[in-house]
Amino acid sequence: MTSGPVGEEPVTSGPVGDGAGTPGPAGGPAAGPAAGAPGTPGPAGGGAGEPGGQGVTERRLHPFTPLRRAWVPIAATVGVLAQQGDRAARWVADLSTLLRLVTLVGVVLMFGVYGFLSWWFTHYAVTDTELRIRTGLLFRRTAHIRLDRLQAVDVTRPLLARLTGVASLRLDVIGTEEKDQLAFLGEQEAVALRAELLARAAGFAPEEAVRLGEAPQRELLRVTPRELAVSLALSLGVWAALAGGIVAPFAVWWFSSSPWVAVATLLPMLGAVWAGTAGRFLTEYDWRVAESPDGLRLDHGMLDRAHETVPPGRVQTVRIVEPLLWRRSDRVRVELAVAGSKNEVLVPVASRAAAYAVIARVLPGVDLAGLSFSGSPDTGSRWVVPVWWKGYALAVSPEVFAARHGRLCRRTEIVPHAKVQSVRFTQGPWARARGVADVHVDTGANGTVTARLREASAAARLLHEQAARSHTSRATARPDRWMTESGPEA
Amino acid sequence: MDTGTKGETDGLRWVGLPGGLLTMRRTLLVVWSGLLAVATALPLGLLVGPAWAAAGAFWLAAGGWGWALLGRNWRSWRYAERADDLLISRGVLWREQTVVPYGRMQLVEVTSGPVERRFGLASLQLHTAAAATDARIPGLVPAEAERLRDRLAALGEARSAGL
Repeated sequence: MTSGPVGEEPVTSGPVGDGAGTPGPAGGPAAGPAAGAPGTPGPAGGGAGEPGGQGVTERRLHPFTPLRRAWVPIAATVGVLAQQGDRAARWVADLSTLLRLVTLVGVVLMFGVYGFLSWWFTHYAVTDTELRIRTGLLFRRTAHIRLDRLQAVDVTRPLLARLTGVASLRLDVIGTEEKDQLAFLGEQEAVALRAELLARAAGFAPEEAVRLGEAPQRELLRVTPRELAVSLALSLGVWAALAGGIVAPFAVWWFSSSPWVAVATLLPMLGAVWAGTAGRFLTEYDWRVAESPDGLRLDHGMLDRAHETVPPGRVQTVRIVEPLLWRRSDRVRVELAVAGSKNEVLVPVASRAAAYAVIARVLPGVDLAGLSFSGSPDTGSRWVVPVWWKGYALAVSPEVFAARHGRLCRRTEIVPHAKVQSVRFTQGPWARARGVADVHVDTGANGTVTARLREASAAARLLHEQAARSHTSRATARPDRWMTESGPEA
Repeated sequence: MDTGTKGETDGLRWVGLPGGLLTMRRTLLVVWSGLLAVATALPLGLLVGPAWAAAGAFWLAAGGWGWALLGRNWRSWRYAERADDLLISRGVLWREQTVVPYGRMQLVEVTSGPVERRFGLASLQLHTAAAATDARIPGLVPAEAERLRDRLAALGEARSAGL
């Protein structure tokens, strides 16, 4: 979340801020025409001709936003100055004290005006069917985000935003961009807006949606810091990252005999190591999974707190990860794929029973414990994928297609039949000679689940059965607006 | 219509690709291998020695091999319209069969490049919400491509489903 809704055009706004001179009075007349827009359907907002026809109230972001907006160009200027170090220092030294002050004030004013204007010209409105975001002073941009295509809602509170009591809200709809998030809103406002958007997306009437407020939630699972720390300590990946981070710079130092090269390699390595260990601990700290009629709520993070909501029926793939060292205590990690969303983790670590209970909320009616996996035929597979063939297994139930792979870190990927976009059968020459084939199942989250090394005739049969299954399963899938019909567990 | 494969297996009506695609690919192959052979043989023959010009025959041999490969590959392409989905099968060594349910189609595209147009051909490409879906039928007769497009679009609308 580096750029805000209008962060893409600092150049175009720059001259405007320049010409305006002083911030206060200049902002007034310039914004005059726009000030009339709230309350009435604005020219850009009303262009769609909503059948509902009720006055769409446009709202502004939190007044704190300009500070954040101004921060980006200031940081860019500082960056440029730092890069041009010597020349900038000489240039500054040539100026008199007065001129220096004037320049400083001018720069601050310019960015302040830019930030103010970009905030002033950013509006959002919620209609029956859409969230509309209207931004831009010179280059207008209106994003209409369809609520019935909503895949997930995220409210994030980065550390600085938490101190100032604001939050950013993002709707995950396929095709939305980074700048389509609402940053920043007041914390209360963000939570209320999330509730309203979800209620409208679910198909409640607008008055009802505002009145309903935050849906009640029931906590399903909570990961204690101790459990999380132990799980990270037992991850081979974490140790590999640490070992790599320590060994690689020394190796580079040894070979290049220059400590500076080692430091240069160390910095990016440290970033990766940080992300894999302490960073992961910080983001997954105090992980809570709660259930509400809106869907599953995920709250997590130590410094940056994130609140994600996954509405029911939006999960394309669930992945159960079982690292080698976790298997003794039967712990699993659950990841999920939602189209157009960056949320990846559902449960960072939990006992198998607890994890299955959470998955049961995401994939209703699926009996995970009852899945019977069948391995690859050992006669052929052994020669196609020598050692690892034993890790491949497949289970198909009336609800899901589940494929497993990996021996050290075992991953089981589960796709509900209703989410299957297409099915593919592939077979290379070597695999054909050994009588095995692969079956791929493509899902909407740009993921593919592959059942590798199935017996060839069984794979051909599986291809057609899977196509038929995903067809019949789609017919019984719940509607996009999940409250318009009584869902299975509403 | 002259097609590579036709026939019914397991109650499926498989349709092969029209001969135009094979003609186009083979013509391109002949043109390119001929050009490469000349481009190799001429400088070698003039600069190094006349005997070296025989190296150009390598491209002719490769072209001959490609001629056979193209034929096999063309025969392997076939598709079948079923009640609820479209089946596309292709490949000789690396076989691939794709099933795309009509309800999952987001977009049906008919494209035709300049060379394809010269040979009176058009390609059909199906898009679903999954980027991995690779459902393309190359070298169709434009009328057939348009018929297929309209039929798929109509069926897709009738059986449309969310994500």
